[in-house]
Amino acid sequence: MTDEKSFVEIRHAQKAFGSLEVLKDISLSVAQGQIVGIIGSSGSGKSTLLRAINDLDPLTGGEVWLDGVQVNQKLPHRQYEKHINQMRQQVGMVFQHFNLFPHMTARENVKMAPMMLKGLSQEEANALAEEQLDHVGLLERIDYYPSQLSGGQKQRVAIARALAMKPKLMLFDEATSALDPELVEEVNQVMRKLAEQHMTMIIVTHEMDFAASVCDRVLFMDQGVVVEEGPPAILFTNPTQPRTREFLRKHLEGAK
Amino acid sequence: MLKVYPFFLEAAWLTIVLSVLTAVLGLICGTLAAFARLSRFAVLRFTAAAYVSLFRGTPALIQLFILYFGGPQIGIQLDAFEAGVIGLGINAGAYMAETIRGGIISIDKGQREAARTLGLSHWQAMHKIILPQAARLMVRPLGVNLNMLIKATALVAAISVVELTYTAQRYIGSTYKPFEMFLLAGVLYMIIIYVTGRGVAWLDRKVQIT
Ligand SMILES: Nc1ncnc2c1ncn2[C@@H]1O[C@H](COP(=O)(O)OP(=O)(O)O)[C@@H](O)[C@H]1O
Ligand SMILES: [Mg+2]
Repeated sequence: MTDEKSFVEIRHAQKAFGSLEVLKDISLSVAQGQIVGIIGSSGSGKSTLLRAINDLDPLTGGEVWLDGVQVNQKLPHRQYEKHINQMRQQVGMVFQHFNLFPHMTARENVKMAPMMLKGLSQEEANALAEEQLDHVGLLERIDYYPSQLSGGQKQRVAIARALAMKPKLMLFDEATSALDPELVEEVNQVMRKLAEQHMTMIIVTHEMDFAASVCDRVLFMDQGVVVEEGPPAILFTNPTQPRTREFLRKHLEGAK
Repeated sequence: MLKVYPFFLEAAWLTIVLSVLTAVLGLICGTLAAFARLSRFAVLRFTAAAYVSLFRGTPALIQLFILYFGGPQIGIQLDAFEAGVIGLGINAGAYMAETIRGGIISIDKGQREAARTLGLSHWQAMHKIILPQAARLMVRPLGVNLNMLIKATALVAAISVVELTYTAQRYIGSTYKPFEMFLLAGVLYMIIIYVTGRGVAWLDRKVQIT
């Protein structure tokens, strides 16, 4: 990957919550169109790393760059707010628990940010919401409230909401972990479709099969460090590090 | 006995006016204090916390006396009605501040994160995402605040505002019927509070998300 220009670049990321070191000098570079999976046991720092990319959990050390611009710049408060809101518009994020806005319908969830931030008219925003919800197969549920949708449908609305901002990068934090097993596939399919469209994605997941099938590269994290990384074909079948082997072995047992 | 009814009705009307003005002032003070308590500026947080604990930590009657009787000494000249509204309003604001703050912080932090992630600013997220949800949660507890402040308007009888309680006291002298006078005032309070309570319950149902 060294010949490709890096699109997301994390340099020596460090994060501590008080005395608890959660990220210990992590560097990572993702090329445009690349899909990177992050696996690792609970508490290893996967979410924290992902959330550092749009500065939801600001790093205590190191830098995050997106498309040639440093995300976590040191700026006076007002300037920083302006800057970070600009950066975040370019990064879509999907959460484990969907975080849909319960007081808004699917349509309103999707069109709210583009209307507010990009000055779209009602008609434009409605057309955008219809397009995005159609894309995730939920056009017929467009005027439903989140409480009237299944988990899988909620997550698809959440993906449509993120995509409506036309992000350059999508971050997924265990997007299917809170779903009933039979609802996982519908969300995975939407993500596969994005992969086919060459969306740059960083995907934290517990689903090894899914990671193996869509990711160009997979990172295994443990206790705040990237223990091992490589193409899924190699990492999953032939890991070099004992910790990776141990994790995958336990995971296979758990899946049985 | 019949002769006193018009006076009681007039007094009940004043109690209603007092309650409305107090509620409006309380809501303004309470909202400002709630946001100040959630501010990123320590000075605002501290000032608001001091306001809340000061006004919740002393009797409203003392606050009224200080304002009405003590005010002129430090250059604050208010008539009884003004002192009543301002005193009760600031007092109610301290209670409402807690209600409003509670409503805001009870919204799941994932909501704020989702909004900020889309690129909304702090205030945009507050306005579009947090407050509409928090407001729905606040209707009932603010209704309790309203109930309390209506009853607290009885205190301004002590600074001679001619509202219900004062009127009841006044007509004891001419009728020699304290039981009936206070009972009548009580019934009128109950009607006001009952109607308000129904209004709050109606509003609460109306704003719920489907
Ligand atoms: N806001 C926080 N305050 C304190 N500790 C936190 C916070 N967020 C995460 N942590 C801790 O950081 C570690 C890594 O968390 P996280 O990144 O969520 O792990 P993962 O997503 O891999 O399960 C955990 O030990 C967690 O308890
Ligand atoms: Mg996590």
